[in-house]
Amino acid sequence: MNKSDLIAEQIRQISGVNPYKCMKCGKCSATCPSFDAMDIKPHQFVSYVLNNDIEALVNSKSLWHCLSCFACVERCPRDVKPGKLIDAARQIAVREQGGDYLLPDDIPELLDEDIPQQLLVSAFRRYRR
Amino acid sequence: MPINENEEFRPKIVAFCCNWCSYAGADLAGSCRLGYPADVKIIRVPCSCRVNPMFILRAFEKGADGVIMCGCHPGDCHYSTGNYYARRRMTLLFSMLDYIGVEHGRTRVEWVSAAEGVKFSQTMNEFVEKIRSLGKNVRLGDLRCRN
Amino acid sequence: MQRIGVFVCHCGSNIAATVDVKKVAEMALMEQGVVHAEDYQYMCSEAGQAKIAQAIAEKGLTGIVVCSCSPRMHEATFRTCAERAGINPYMVEIANIREHCSWIHKDIEEATKKAVILMRAAVAKVNLNAPLKPGESRVTKRALVIGGGIAGIQTALDIADAGYPVDIVEKTPSIGGRMSQLDKTFPTLDCSACILTPKMVEAAAHENINIYTYSEVEKVTGFVGDFTVDIRKKARSVDMDKCTGCGACQEKCPSKRTPSEFNRGLNNRTAIYTPFAQAIPNVPVIDRDACIKFKTGKCGLCSTVCAAGAIDYEQKDEIITEKYGAIVVATGFDVIKLDNYDEYAYSQSKDVITSLELERIMNAAGPTKGHLERLSDGKAPKNIVFVQCVGSRCSDNRGKSYCSKICCMYTAKHAMLIRDKYPDVNVTVFYIDVRTPGKNFDEFYRRAVEEYGVNYVKGQVGKVCPEPDGSLTVYGSDLIDNKQLKISADMVVLAAAIEPSESVRKIATMLTASIDTNNFLTEAHPKLRPVESPTAGVFLSGVCQGPKDIPETVSQAGAAAVKAIGLLAKDKLMTNPCTAKSDELLCNGCSQCANVCPYGAISYEEKQVNDHGIRETRRVAVVNNALCQGCGACTVTCPSGAMDLQGFSNRQITAEVDAICR
Repeated sequence: MNKSDLIAEQIRQISGVNPYKCMKCGKCSATCPSFDAMDIKPHQFVSYVLNNDIEALVNSKSLWHCLSCFACVERCPRDVKPGKLIDAARQIAVREQGGDYLLPDDIPELLDEDIPQQLLVSAFRRYRR
Repeated sequence: MPINENEEFRPKIVAFCCNWCSYAGADLAGSCRLGYPADVKIIRVPCSCRVNPMFILRAFEKGADGVIMCGCHPGDCHYSTGNYYARRRMTLLFSMLDYIGVEHGRTRVEWVSAAEGVKFSQTMNEFVEKIRSLGKNVRLGDLRCRN
Repeated sequence: MQRIGVFVCHCGSNIAATVDVKKVAEMALMEQGVVHAEDYQYMCSEAGQAKIAQAIAEKGLTGIVVCSCSPRMHEATFRTCAERAGINPYMVEIANIREHCSWIHKDIEEATKKAVILMRAAVAKVNLNAPLKPGESRVTKRALVIGGGIAGIQTALDIADAGYPVDIVEKTPSIGGRMSQLDKTFPTLDCSACILTPKMVEAAAHENINIYTYSEVEKVTGFVGDFTVDIRKKARSVDMDKCTGCGACQEKCPSKRTPSEFNRGLNNRTAIYTPFAQAIPNVPVIDRDACIKFKTGKCGLCSTVCAAGAIDYEQKDEIITEKYGAIVVATGFDVIKLDNYDEYAYSQSKDVITSLELERIMNAAGPTKGHLERLSDGKAPKNIVFVQCVGSRCSDNRGKSYCSKICCMYTAKHAMLIRDKYPDVNVTVFYIDVRTPGKNFDEFYRRAVEEYGVNYVKGQVGKVCPEPDGSLTVYGSDLIDNKQLKISADMVVLAAAIEPSESVRKIATMLTASIDTNNFLTEAHPKLRPVESPTAGVFLSGVCQGPKDIPETVSQAGAAAVKAIGLLAKDKLMTNPCTAKSDELLCNGCSQCANVCPYGAISYEEKQVNDHGIRETRRVAVVNNALCQGCGACTVTCPSGAMDLQGFSNRQITAEVDAICR
């Protein structure tokens, strides 16, 4: 599995979306409020994930123009939910930028009385590879 | 025969399917190529109410690891009321079996209609998975059958 | 001791590709009672059957096991074959190594192992089979058609033409069904009423057809050839024999505020009404929930104006009990409710309508007398947007997972008719796919685009917003141009999905006919027996089986009629010989079996029995073979084990269990 296949798989897992269910109706793009600002339109997002064309996806402007209003998630007749795919891609991009800077060994030093345990757990979930 | 630790556990599972709904559902699963493990062997009965608790006891006695009974959905029985009788009988039988050590997971009743090939295949996959996790049935087995 | 022959079918490569058929045949020879085993390419073929016959003759076989496809497929074939070759047909058993083995497993070794076990179970069963002889039951030469739409009418006409009496039961006050609500029909654009009304008249006038309108099936008992049906004839409050259909009562009725079912609630009707002008029978009914006389006791205007004295406020529901040999279900469809689709603003704006409502608006007898106008302000629309697949092809629990099949074509029809009659109206159709598989269908759709200038946009509408000025803003996507569209429309027409009518579930339960998750009735075989229900004697006609357009419905209605005629033409039916049988020596006369029998097939007799030399009179159970359907409920209930089911006996099933667990 090459890297872009791997990331495509990650996007599917994070979003919990099966892009194969898409019937290409375009309802997601119909009411997207950021449609004009996007270079890859919401309905195209699905086919990018299907084709494992991740490079373009992660580098697209759309990622940062999506408002996460979830109009597409709400109305998608096939439960494909492009909004969730975009969310997942955004998470991937964030991880790529930040790198894996938190290692288990670093933790004891960071711990203090005030840190809630949930923070640690979510940090791990987010930054582990 | 000592159980070989390395050998994958292949359970023996008997499925009773009523002729009108579940057997047809199994046929549909077949024509749609919806796979499930080969451990499941189906016996055709005219109606789920034909399944005598003795058959299920017999299966466990002869070394079955799980028994599943499938019938028409409540209200859809070809003979109007057969599955209601079956449901009552099995509820009683299963709780008795549980009491003597045959876990609830080894027995199951599921309603599968003739149009539910997907459900049939899913049910069988789940059931086999469950039996695999429970391991070999050691209760009720006829010692004379052991080889 | 049985002499069993085992025949393993390759089914081309369907079985042979994943099951080692030679090995199965080889292993069969090691089973008890097996004296012959062979494999062949196609066991069901002429040559395959000849092999079975030959083996029976040469080896003196008494029992047959065929390892092949599902018994639901070819059990009958092989039983007939065995009978021709001189052995009892019930000495044949099928090991299902195709649907239950080769088609679902990939590993050859594993599949072969399973096939061998399935073969063993079948052999173990045949070892205990006994010859059975079917009994006979009579056929009542009368058919019942449930539903009086085009499907029901056509089926009834075809059966009646063949000389058998038919009863149509229709729950509304008139026959005609959905087709009577349509304006024009695709792809020829002939007027729906013009082609339907003659059929309705023909059905009403036919000497063999009896129509019960405003009636519902209440109870069904019996079985193929001999159903007994209770029909509830709801009180019409109008005497059918006296009424002349003059319509004076409807003109004078002061209660005028009930939404008209026929016009989809777009206008109102009176409390005493006929659904539409060409209704058959042309006898009104009183809607007792709306009638002032029934609500307050003060009115009675209709009775005063009726010259024929036909109004009868005292009329009561009537139960008619009739016997039938065959039942055809033709319950049709309804349009789904759009409550889950807020984004289309269906409940917010009067100008967002379903296609069936548009059908009424375009109809000359409709609420607008056929003028295309907005329901909110009566203005003529200038921009109309059609939305396809509303609630069809949805996998998100809001709609239906299936394609409703007719929407692409009726939308093209509507678009074309509007552009033809009002050339200045812009028509935009949003489509996902245009599905036009039918004779002259695609040509029809292309004409809408090429000749009538309908604007087809590949995309979907996401939202419809009613604006303060009364217009509707439609937000949609154009996937070809990769654009978002914002259209100001005056009217939006939704191609809402169709679903089986609500009553079908109750009827299916009464008939014990199986039904799928979408409430469509299941056919006996999806390809080869498309108009028969798995329940013998019950046939399917029209949309109750799956979405269909009119030509398809009519052809299926004809097919269902032929199947029903085929049944009615027989004088006697062979009954299933796999019936329960009581061992009088074991029976203790406890009546448990009679209590669980759904058919009342078990009775008790005082009988002289000889129990190992002791002669005495005992009360024992006796099964009526003509009534017993062979479900086996009694066999399990019997505390003494006296009751057994022939063909699926306790010993046979135990033997199968043993063979599988061996």
